[in-house]
Amino acid sequence: MKKQLTIAVSGLNNTDNPGPGIPVIRALKDWKGIDVRIIGISYDHLEPGLYMHDLVDKSYSVPFPSEGADNLLLRLEYIHEQEQLDFIFPNFDAELFTFIKLAPRLEAMGIKTYLPELEQFEERQKYRLYEYGEKYGLNVPKSTTIHSISEVPEVLKQFEFPVVVKGKFYDAYIAYNQEQVYSYFHKIQAKWGLPIILQQFVYGNEYNVTALGDGKGNTIGAVPMRKKFITDKGKAWAGVTLDEPALIDMTKKLISASKWRGGMEIELIKDKNNKLFLVEINPRFPAWVYLPVAAGQNMPAAAVKLAFGENVNAFTTYDVGKLFVRYSFDNIVDLSDFQKISTIGEL
Amino acid sequence: MRIKLKSNIAVSDNGFVFDPATGDSYSVNPIGVDIIRWMKTYDTEAEVINQIIETYDIDSKTVEKDLYDFLNLLQNYQLAENA
Repeated sequence: MKKQLTIAVSGLNNTDNPGPGIPVIRALKDWKGIDVRIIGISYDHLEPGLYMHDLVDKSYSVPFPSEGADNLLLRLEYIHEQEQLDFIFPNFDAELFTFIKLAPRLEAMGIKTYLPELEQFEERQKYRLYEYGEKYGLNVPKSTTIHSISEVPEVLKQFEFPVVVKGKFYDAYIAYNQEQVYSYFHKIQAKWGLPIILQQFVYGNEYNVTALGDGKGNTIGAVPMRKKFITDKGKAWAGVTLDEPALIDMTKKLISASKWRGGMEIELIKDKNNKLFLVEINPRFPAWVYLPVAAGQNMPAAAVKLAFGENVNAFTTYDVGKLFVRYSFDNIVDLSDFQKISTIGEL
Repeated sequence: MRIKLKSNIAVSDNGFVFDPATGDSYSVNPIGVDIIRWMKTYDTEAEVINQIIETYDIDSKTVEKDLYDFLNLLQNYQLAENA
């Protein structure tokens, strides 16, 4: 493998709802023996990562995937001409489908990715998670997908309050009565569209695991975390690594059964009887992925190695009781930088 | 001991107790630190009680009552479980 790599990374929105881009970049920069040049790809001129010049070497605006895969590919071809990309690390849920579809064409251009296969990506969607659990023998709280608000009264007969009302990609609210279900349905529909998922609420503690699968059923890395401080958007602002074998076992079972390829985050709830429920699978590394790196498992770097066909041994240990604590920081930016990215789409 | 401390519970000299299975942390006073450490050392409640009486100027009746209160608390927080 080359000793110098040029890697494009998206998800540079390091706000109070942070994307995984900046932590992924920190992980790649920590990669010993490999000199990594980072190309930021951004969908918004105010994504903070654009202006973090100590981490991002050059940035380009790209069109939203919703504008069509061909438009995105055209832009990536241009960026590739300028930068000779070796690898692309897409980090937004909403762009992954397009990047998975583009992966063979990117590979033909000489740009590697390390993403789940399309069926792996699709079958773990929130609205299919209950069937996913049945298929792979994993406990998943009962859930149903609805496409119209008129379905609510009938569907609610299958549930006990409280229920969780979830968007297709993002957002989840706990509803304690039918009126709240209606209210959250409208709120989520307005932001993320349909369908809406209703899921049985499970009382218990929530746990998260960052993991990396090699596509052959092997778990290359897995580090569990418990959120210690949660923002009003439900995002972890602080968390700690755990020593809980049951969380690792469930992760390995999932990766082994699904032959997952790439990074992932799984969200689990342990109820009062210590029974674990899988409540969500995010098909990419989470925004807290630098915590596992600091605890001893550099999974983003391992993902790139795997993409290049390197032999990667599974991580076997990590530091337990390692904390992350986020902070906000006012990065001072010259208008000329904002002007460049706004007008010519490059910085 | 009828109530056993979970094996991976860590306690520091200044009374910081960390449960690595849940990420929860607690504070205990110096006597709490001693009791948690003796629970790891001794096999029976009687031995822990004797050690407390030897170390602190206190009668066995009070120790017994307070120790069981403390053990119940540890159980409630899932730091200890029935042996």
